[in-house]
Parts: sequence; C-alpha cells; structure tokens
Amino acid sequence: MESTLDIFIKAIFSENMIFAYFLGMCSYLAVSKTVKTAVGLGAAVIFVLTVTVPVNYLLENYLLKAGALSWIDESYADIDLSFLSFIMFIAVVASIVQLVEMIVEKFAPALYGALGIFLPLIAVNCSILGGALFMQDRQYSTILDATSFAFGSGIGWFIAIVAIAAIREKIRYSHVPGPLRGLGITFIITGLMGIAFMSFSGIKYGKDKPAEKTAVVKQTNK
Amino acid sequence: MSDAAVKTKAPSEPLFSKKNKKLVTDPLTDNNPVTIQVLGICSALAITVQVEQGVVMGGAVLFVLILGNLIISLMRNLIPSRIRIIVQLVVVAALVIIVNELLKAFLPDVSEKLSVFVGLIITNCIIMGRFEAFAMANKPWPSIMDAIGNGLGYAGLLILVAIFRELFGSGTLYGFQIFGNSLPGEETGLYTLGYVNNNMMILPPMALIIVGIIIWVQRSRNKSLIEQH
Repeated sequence: MESTLDIFIKAIFSENMIFAYFLGMCSYLAVSKTVKTAVGLGAAVIFVLTVTVPVNYLLENYLLKAGALSWIDESYADIDLSFLSFIMFIAVVASIVQLVEMIVEKFAPALYGALGIFLPLIAVNCSILGGALFMQDRQYSTILDATSFAFGSGIGWFIAIVAIAAIREKIRYSHVPGPLRGLGITFIITGLMGIAFMSFSGIKYGKDKPAEKTAVVKQTNK
Repeated sequence: MSDAAVKTKAPSEPLFSKKNKKLVTDPLTDNNPVTIQVLGICSALAITVQVEQGVVMGGAVLFVLILGNLIISLMRNLIPSRIRIIVQLVVVAALVIIVNELLKAFLPDVSEKLSVFVGLIITNCIIMGRFEAFAMANKPWPSIMDAIGNGLGYAGLLILVAIFRELFGSGTLYGFQIFGNSLPGEETGLYTLGYVNNNMMILPPMALIIVGIIIWVQRSRNKSLIEQH
C-alpha cells in the first residue's frame, strides 16, 4: 500500500491534474493571462477540492457503493446505488461551492474579494468533479488518503496555472508567429511543460516495489 | 458570433433555412468549439490515444448535447435565472448517467478505457457553454441544429487528433494495422525496413502539441482568426 504522503506527492507531480489528465483545462486557458488572477483561481481550486473530495468520499462509502448501506440494516447490504454517483457528486460540488461562497463572504470579506469572481466558476471546473471521480475509481482506503489526494491535486493544479500564467506574461514581449499567438502557443507550451513534468514519473513511491517483489518470490517458492 | 443572429426568427421559417444550416456548418470550421471557442478541452485530450475511443467519446458528447440543448430550450422560460447553473447540471448529469449505463452495457471494453472521462462529460465546458449561450435564448429546433453542429465539430477534432496519435504512435487505425505487424521477432511491412513507432505520440503532452499545431494550420489559412495581444 502507498502511504498517505506518497499519495500526496504523486497527486502533485506524476499524476498532475493538468499535465497528465488535462482536467480543468477550460479555466486553465481562460484565467491564465496574469499571475494575480491565476493565484486566486488556483487557491480557490485547492480549497474547494480539499473540502468536496472528503464529503464525496463519505457519500461514496456510506451511501452509494455496493453494500454501503449495510450500516443501517443488514437487509440493505445488496443494494448498489453507484449509478447515482454522477448526479450526487455534482450536486455536492455545486452546493458546497455555493455554501463556501456564502461562508467566505460572511466571515472573510477580504478573501471573498480576492476569490469572489472565481468561486462560482469552480462548480463547473472539470478538476473538481474529476477529483471526486478519481477518488471513486481508485478506492482509497481511508478518508485521510482521499483528503491528501485532493489537497495534492489542488496544489498540482495551482502550480500548473501559476507557471503558465507567468510564462504567458513573459511571452507577450516575444515575437510569436501570428497564427500561433494566444491559444496556439499556450497549447504547445503546456505540452512541453507536460513533457517536463513526466520526468517526475520516475519517482519511487514508498515500499511499493520491494514489497511486490518479495510477494512474487514467496509465491514461486511455494 | 452566430448566436445572436437567430433570436429574431420568423415563425414560418422552413426547417432547413440558411440560418439553420449555418448553425450546423459554422462550428465545423470557422467557429470550432475546441480550436476557436476553447471549450471542452477538459475531458477531450486524454482519450485521443485511439480512434475508437475518440469516436465513442464524440458520439457520447453529441448525444448529451442534442438532448440537453433540446430539454434546456424547452424549459428556458421556466428556469429562474438564479439557479440555472444547478438546473443545467442536473439535466446534464441525468443524461450522462444514461450514456454511462448504455456504454457499460454495450461497449464494456471502451467504457473501461474511458473510465472517469465519461463522467467528466458533465463538466465539459462545451455542454454548459452551449446551454448558456444558445439554448437558454433560442427555440428548440435551432437549439438542436446548434447542438449537432457543435457536437460534430468537437467529435471531428477528437477523431483528427486521435488519427495522428494512433497512426504514428501505434501504427494502427481503429485497431487495424496500417504499417504491418510491429511485434518484435515477427515484423512485417514497414517494420522489416527498420521503421519504429513513435512512442512519444502516446504520451499525454503530445495531444496538446497536436491541437496547437492544428490551431496553427487553421489560423494561418484563415487570417481573420488570428488573435491580437
């Protein structure tokens, strides 16, 4: 098993939301014109991911998964509601975004001023729903693992958008061929950054490999 | 933008009038949802490794977009504008659940490969974008036309990217071997001459670079699309 820290590091670097899965590309391309707005949106994504994924984790494990309802009564053990997960997850994301917006507006007006315009956008950001769906797909064993995955993904997304915004600010002063200006060059730079980020896939996580090897050896010995 | 033009439409207009045809053909080229409007890249590029996945994904988005645009357009006068995003999300989510169950039942292999990306159609910006920009303000029939145009424009681009990536990355097209057998030891066709697949094409970043090149080609052919700083 991977440790919680492994999941965290992996989510930031080798399984980066932008460079490995292209999640949240729409807002990534639209809001990366200046570093300041990029930082605002990145922070909002970290925040919302870290809040919604644990809630969706609880929902998945105590309501939706096959046999998840057995904590109410044994007779519910063979109910599988997982086909409802899309609609539940998106409802949770949309309502939590609304809730977070109201709470932040009430208790931290300064933060609301900084994040304000980005928060409603986030409900339809692919990376948030993507976080929930990856959590469901990979079946993390504890809520702590799921939270660290969400936090790591958020930080990975933040790094990606701040980096591209900084590059776009600089590239405004360079001579880019006309047809590539704006969108085209951003795509190609993102691709090159993605190739650079792939070098992180060589990181060895935890005690993964040795444990597997010994298991294989034991099996062959039998 | 082609959106505003249709608002003042005479009720007696024929079904396939010039305006409606334009709604379908525009997004295929000069107003392509991916390369010009920059919508729907989120879930699109990760699944363009093989043409088959691109076709299935394009078809799924087309289905969701047509039905969703129709439903939203029929309900457009009933939806309070304050909660319209939630209403739209619920409509898309319900349609995507149908697509997901159909894929699981009839195309289990492809469904497995697409994994979470079927679910991510919900937050695909094309769908929300067309709902907001078109279906909320137009009658059902033009909305369906708009959905067909944008859905096909999206599917076309997915398939184009997938053709490049599959042909040069694995030497096949839709699963058929184009350049011969590449298995080491039993090479046929081009591989006997020392041809090697470009594994780079299979990696995720190449999808972005290919789209960048497509944008480049498209904009150098049509100078009016070039962005100013």
